Amino acid sequence: MARYGMAIDTKKCVGCMDCVVACKTENNVPEGYNRDWITNETAGKFPALRQEIRTERCNQCDNPPCVYCCPTGASHISDTGGIVMIDKNKCIGCKACLAACPYNARFVHPEGFASKCTFCEQRVIQGEKPACVEVCPTYCMNFGDLDDPLSIVSQLISKRPNHALLPPAGTKPQIFYLT
Amino acid sequence: MHELLNSRHNLQIDPQLHIWGWEIAVYLFLGGLVAGIMIISGYFIFKGRAKNTGCSCHNTPFIALIAITLGMLALFLDLEHKLYFWRVYLSFKVTSPMSWGSWILLLVYPILVFNTLIKLPHWLSKIFPILKKLSEKINNNLSLIKFAGLFSMVIGTALGMYTGILLSTLSARPLWNSSMLWFLFLVSGLSSAAALIHMIAKDTEERVMLAKTDNFLLFSELIIIFLFIIGLITSTQVHIDAAKLFLGGDYTVAFWVFVVFGGIVIPLIIQSAAVRGRIHHTPIAPIMVIVGGLILRFVIVYAGQASHWTTKVLK
Amino acid sequence: MNSLSRRKFLQISGSTFAAASAIGALGYAAKGSLALAEEKKESGIKKIPTYCNLCFWKCGAIAWLKDGQLWKITGNPLDPLSNGRLCPRGTGGIGTNTDPNRLKAPLIRTKKRGEDAWSVVTWDEALNYIAGKLNKIKSELGPESVALFSHGIGGNFIKHTFLAYGTPHIFAPSYAQCRGPRDVGFELTFGEGIGSPERTDIKNTRCMALIGSHLGENMHNSQVQELSVAVDNGASIIVVDPRFSIVAGKAKYYLPIKPGTDMALLLAWANVIIKEKKYDVEFVELYGLGFEQFAASVAQYTPEWAYTETGIEPQLIIETALELARNKPASFIHPGRHTTWYGDDTQRSRTIALVNALLGNWNHKGAFFKPVKLKVPSYPYPDYPESTRGRADNPGKKYPWAGEDEGLTNGIREATITGKPYPIKAWVTYSTNLINALPNQQETIKAIQNLDLMVAIDILPSEIAGWADVVLPEATYLERFDDLHSSPFTTPFLGIRQPAVKPPEDQKPGWWIAKKLADKLGLGQYFPWKDIEEYLKYRVESAGLSYDELKENGIILGEKLPNYVEEGLEQSFPTPSGKVEFYSPQLEEKGFPPIPVYTKHENPHDGYFRLLFGRTPVHTFSFTQSNPILQEMFEENEVWINADIAKSYNLKSGDYIKLKNQDGVVSNKLKVRATERIRTDCVYMVHGFGHQSKALKTTYNKGANDAQLVTKYKIDPIMGGTGMNVNFVTFIQEGV
Ligand SMILES: Nc1nc2c(c(=O)[nH]1)N[C@H]1C(S)=C(S)[C@@H](COP(=O)(O)OP(=O)(O)OC[C@H]3O[C@@H](n4cnc5c(=O)[nH]c(N)nc54)[C@H](O)[C@@H]3O)O[C@H]1N2
Ligand SMILES: Nc1nc2c(c(=O)[nH]1)N[C@H]1C(S)=C(S)[C@@H](COP(=O)(O)OP(=O)(O)OC[C@H]3O[C@@H](n4cnc5c(=O)[nH]c(N)nc54)[C@H](O)[C@@H]3O)O[C@H]1N2
Ligand code: SF4
Ligand code: SF4
Ligand code: SF4
Ligand code: SF4
Ligand code: SF4
Ligand SMILES: [Mo]
Repeated sequence: MARYGMAIDTKKCVGCMDCVVACKTENNVPEGYNRDWITNETAGKFPALRQEIRTERCNQCDNPPCVYCCPTGASHISDTGGIVMIDKNKCIGCKACLAACPYNARFVHPEGFASKCTFCEQRVIQGEKPACVEVCPTYCMNFGDLDDPLSIVSQLISKRPNHALLPPAGTKPQIFYLT
Repeated sequence: MHELLNSRHNLQIDPQLHIWGWEIAVYLFLGGLVAGIMIISGYFIFKGRAKNTGCSCHNTPFIALIAITLGMLALFLDLEHKLYFWRVYLSFKVTSPMSWGSWILLLVYPILVFNTLIKLPHWLSKIFPILKKLSEKINNNLSLIKFAGLFSMVIGTALGMYTGILLSTLSARPLWNSSMLWFLFLVSGLSSAAALIHMIAKDTEERVMLAKTDNFLLFSELIIIFLFIIGLITSTQVHIDAAKLFLGGDYTVAFWVFVVFGGIVIPLIIQSAAVRGRIHHTPIAPIMVIVGGLILRFVIVYAGQASHWTTKVLK
Repeated sequence: MNSLSRRKFLQISGSTFAAASAIGALGYAAKGSLALAEEKKESGIKKIPTYCNLCFWKCGAIAWLKDGQLWKITGNPLDPLSNGRLCPRGTGGIGTNTDPNRLKAPLIRTKKRGEDAWSVVTWDEALNYIAGKLNKIKSELGPESVALFSHGIGGNFIKHTFLAYGTPHIFAPSYAQCRGPRDVGFELTFGEGIGSPERTDIKNTRCMALIGSHLGENMHNSQVQELSVAVDNGASIIVVDPRFSIVAGKAKYYLPIKPGTDMALLLAWANVIIKEKKYDVEFVELYGLGFEQFAASVAQYTPEWAYTETGIEPQLIIETALELARNKPASFIHPGRHTTWYGDDTQRSRTIALVNALLGNWNHKGAFFKPVKLKVPSYPYPDYPESTRGRADNPGKKYPWAGEDEGLTNGIREATITGKPYPIKAWVTYSTNLINALPNQQETIKAIQNLDLMVAIDILPSEIAGWADVVLPEATYLERFDDLHSSPFTTPFLGIRQPAVKPPEDQKPGWWIAKKLADKLGLGQYFPWKDIEEYLKYRVESAGLSYDELKENGIILGEKLPNYVEEGLEQSFPTPSGKVEFYSPQLEEKGFPPIPVYTKHENPHDGYFRLLFGRTPVHTFSFTQSNPILQEMFEENEVWINADIAKSYNLKSGDYIKLKNQDGVVSNKLKVRATERIRTDCVYMVHGFGHQSKALKTTYNKGANDAQLVTKYKIDPIMGGTGMNVNFVTFIQEGV
């Protein structure tokens, strides 16, 4: 089975939020909610500043606390490349998974079930890239199979310095930020 | 300076997680209280005190039944997808405390019903004469009663622990992520139950015993709280930040004034005096303990949601 | 200043539309359901190629319908501007259609201008009213007494109507409030301007210096895409900005310049490059005019001297100058776009052009390419009547290089206020919100109060529409055909805009409005075609292309032509001398310094900060704030204040304050952003917020409006543009 992940080039990302807008329309994300978001980090004293801009979303963790805590099995690891998915018909809306995610990647859809980034599973199944990856005007987002050493993501991760988010949280995130 | 700007805005999550409100706090409190009642009444039943007239264990299982039902109602009110509630009982998820809890709650009911039947309150037997017959049958089987008492203690302990474990496994919230939490909630539940039963118990011997027990529990609670905070401040930065919520942060007053002093230290002083016969037993101390226990759940539920990881990467 | 107090203006433009939209809302229920019923019939996915109108870059786009409803908009992969990827505004384009504040039906003001009374009228009534007034003005004062303000390609048809009517007065704020100085500066130097889209070859560059240009926030799509390629290629980026912009975070060198002193830096760069003999000697010798004088003049502008002006360390000036030189000719200084800053902007732009000339990078790969365009014959219309009266916006050619295509908005405003050289009695605006685009709102209002007719064609109840006598609601770009799009770029291409859905109410496309109005004005012969498709088809086919193919694909690419000397392009400089004019006889003749001379600008007094402004990637000027999708991304602007300054005023991020400018004008309240990312002598905000039109219900009063605070402006003596970075503000903390 594939193991889907992303390699995102923070050197190129301009924080324009196109990925956020694209996700909203592609996936009909309701008003007031976002599956992805931008974090803009600046450190230092003017004018000697360093900046990292990241587009963030569910990390599709390999060790997903949100799945472990789910009492119904609504949150599960899908057969499509290990994407963490939510079966809305099984979800009781207990919100344990929201509390369990250290990235705050989840929210409760106004219809009552937990929701979050799905890596655009519906598109990936068709051989397309996720909507955010496809729209990004700086081409800074890369999507692919982390288990395939020839995939663009594996190549970038092996070639470029990178980091994931909150490794100490122990979730084994599948999104890597190239620096 | 370190600036971390986040464009995200999801209702209930940003700028701060507030997915759980009074419902969960009340649920955890009532769950703890019921657990305490089950342990104490289970102990009395196990010890064969149910035979005595006026034993608190005649009434407390029924009170617990009502309390747990109210607690479940509060939980139900919190669910966002209410009509799918039954889905919890279609599977058992080993890794999910929530799943464990649901099944434990399912066991709580028959035990409490059984224990209620041991010494049926008058009015109940009037409404349902058939219960009276059942009760008589049970009373003929002493070992069954003993077993029920034991089982009540075991399930009560599980329930009490579960209320804490539910939160402490959510390691994304550093404040909750403490191995002390289940212990704290269990002891606090026991102490609230002891206080409650102390208030309503008719038997003086029982009252004194419960007051003494409660004093011991309150004292233990102080130690657990001490360890809980020490545990956090000797852990990673996010845990230290979480502890700071109680050490100068937003929840300092609520925690120290209402939980520690109002809910533990002061009732402990009052009740110690009462036990030594210096003052009369009044409901003041027990009520403070119970209210303190409730506020503890509120404070922990809310402060826990305010504690979080930070994704700062730049050095 | 003006008889009308500011407060009154706010009230007027405010409640004005409350009434109008209430009436409009009634109409919605009836017609909305009809449109819906029709749409329901379709099912499945449908893709309609078009081009974006969320800004004037015009990226090729595809509108997706799901079961007859707009679903999403993506880039057209065939389009060389977007390469299949839109910017966030384009991606959020559907919000233009779902904006709850949209204009729905034509409106006529029933009482005096400034009193809030409107009635909903039919198109016939509205256009008859306008035509009546226009014909009267024509017969009494002449057609030149009418001015059309039109920004963007959608205005092509209405421009045609007014040219046919006989006025030369056609304006857009994209000249005197935007690109004017830059293009004049470059034309004076190289004989050619920069154009739009810019002819900058960012993707192939090895080194690029940005003077202000905040790419990444300025979201002009192709530029941002190319920026990313440059970053990937490891190009050195030099960012000169008083604010640590997004692109500053990608830069090898960040120069935190004191605002208004860029020319000192540029002259020092020239000084270093010449002194170190690092310029392109061959280029300068072959094509340069007056290099010696230039070199002699810049000898005085040493890095040490520039340090005292700009605050940038001499060593850093030298290093960056050499970095530019080392990478020539694939290195360049970006000419910027919004360049109307300090009133000496043409000279600053000329200095930029001249440093570029030292790098010998004109028409070179990795610097300035030669744009090429797909030529489509225009429709054979009758000739326009010719005016002999001279333009009123620039009487006596006071500003010798003022462009005439987009005119001097501020010049015509002046003429409207003074009645000189002759009275201007009607304004028509198409897709431009002059209240927010021009400096000094009071002057704009004063001018409007002098008019006999004021018409606004808009999609929203914008501030300018609030001042109109007649408001005409246009269908959005997703609901209409527009003119063909062929911009000069790397590859020749042709694009088409076609409707994806029907207008939900009584909105009409611009071409229809223009044609109907022409009919009413008795100018029917200027619109010989029955409907727009006849017009489009004629033009496409006369270019030898297939109209069906264009409709199907949205884009037709032309034959590749050389963009650079490296591809066999021949150098040519269409200046009067045929040379790159380091020394400008043209300027000298009109009494301007032929070689740029550094000018000092006034500094803010104690307690005041220079007000700077710019873009956020998710909004366009003042027209997308109520777009529900984009609004969610960025709801209100903030004022950036240096963290130390904020601390000294006891301000934290998130606090609300108001800004007061040097003339006592007080802004709306807005949030503080205390940040290390800006100098201590200026503050910054995103343009376009703080809407004062109450009918823009969902964005009314959110954030503050920079345009309101720009009461002062400095006119560029060469081309007449309005420098707007010359306002100073202080903080009001109490009672906010
Ligand atoms: N998202 C989005 N993108 C847009 C637009 C939009 O509305 N929205 N509009 C488009 C249009 S028409 C235009 S003209 C462009 C405008 O975009 P640009 O041409 O990039 O505009 P500038 O005025 O250069 O940009 C403002 C920047 O200049 C800096 N600055 C201010 N004063 C000075 C100074 O004295 N010296 C220096 N060196 N820097 C200074 C500010 O800090 C800010 O970073 O954007 C285009 N792109
Ligand atoms: N203070 C200040 N002033 C500035 C600037 C600044 O940064 N600060 N920037 C300057 C620059 S660079 C420029 S280019 C100008 C831009 O100035 P403008 O072009 O006037 O920009 P907007 O203010 O957005 O006004 C656009 C108007 O068009 C309407 N509109 C949008 N789409 C359509 C459509 O399809 N049809 C019709 N009929 N109307 C439509 C909108 O509702 C809005 O009222 O402003 C300049 N002025
Ligand atoms: S679209 Fe691309 S450049 Fe823009 S914020 Fe998202 S990842 Fe960054
Ligand atoms: S990021 Fe959060 S929601 Fe996503 S898999 Fe990891 S823990 Fe679960
Ligand atoms: S909210 Fe739904 S998905 Fe999340 S843990 Fe509860 S049941 Fe599972
Ligand atoms: S992968 Fe799909 S669902 Fe996830 S953020 Fe990107 S667009 Fe949204
Ligand atoms: S740059 Fe963005 S808003 Fe402008 S036309 Fe292109 S996609 Fe549309
Ligand atoms: Mo502009």
